[in-house]
Amino acid sequence: MSFEQVLFYLFSAVLLAAAAGMVTVRNPVFAALLLILCFFTSAALWILLQAEFLGIVLVLVYVGAVMVLFLFVIMMIDINQAELREGFVRYLPVGLFVAVAVAMEMILVLQSAGFGRSDRYQGVQHLPGYSNTEALGELLYSDYLYPLEIAAVILLVAIVTAIVLTLRRRPDARSQNVSQQVRVERSERVRLVRMVAEKRQERKTS
Amino acid sequence: MITVTHYLVVAAILFAISVAGMFLNRKNMLLLLMCIELMLLAVNLNFVAFSQYLNDMGGQIFVFFILTVAAAEAAIGLAILVTLFRNRKTINVQNLDSLKG
Repeated sequence: MSFEQVLFYLFSAVLLAAAAGMVTVRNPVFAALLLILCFFTSAALWILLQAEFLGIVLVLVYVGAVMVLFLFVIMMIDINQAELREGFVRYLPVGLFVAVAVAMEMILVLQSAGFGRSDRYQGVQHLPGYSNTEALGELLYSDYLYPLEIAAVILLVAIVTAIVLTLRRRPDARSQNVSQQVRVERSERVRLVRMVAEKRQERKTS
Repeated sequence: MITVTHYLVVAAILFAISVAGMFLNRKNMLLLLMCIELMLLAVNLNFVAFSQYLNDMGGQIFVFFILTVAAAEAAIGLAILVTLFRNRKTINVQNLDSLKG
């Protein structure tokens, strides 16, 4: 068994074990951490497939941003675990049945199609000077420029949506209204009162 | 020699595990979102494997865009989850039946 095969089987085993742990573990924090492990091992598999840029992007974007967001949300909301776990055992058989059925069907199709033995699927070993990032960038900024801009707009919409959805107006909170402050006039603030001048009192000095 | 079938089988099993996760954690909306992320990961593994074995960069470009859309989806989904929890004090999917669907 070559070194590449050892790595492939090692990473695949860790990936599948972490995924199985994620869907069965009781604590959602552990589920999120196991999902992070899944992302790390997938990034390793992608690098084995010579997609270095995407592997690093997966770690940066998913582990660094999305999963941290998940962990923040898990810690922010106070959920009743026991209530959410009920029905777990009842649905275990049907869940396992569906999973095994889906997996067996796909594996049978893949085995019968003979992808691995076909000459079309030989793959390519790149030369030492080859840069995956450079190739991806050249394609992304030429042929796929328009989709790239649409992706940027989608991200902008996601930012605006997330902020608007979680924005909370609290009527009882004290805040400044600057335009009202600037528009204020003298008559609203100063009131001149006409009153009779009082007599000076004799100071009693002993 | 690792063929494309090896990677496809791993992705198929990963997808099946996340489908099972949707059945098992069908009340917890947070774990449902995580299972969706896992499904997208399995699909992306397929794309990267075919991209390498067919020597076509298009697959990797596609994964790039799927990652973008998935990140946006996770952000909006979690924002909806937080708003939901603030208003209803629960994230149990079974209690979310105001629309009588």
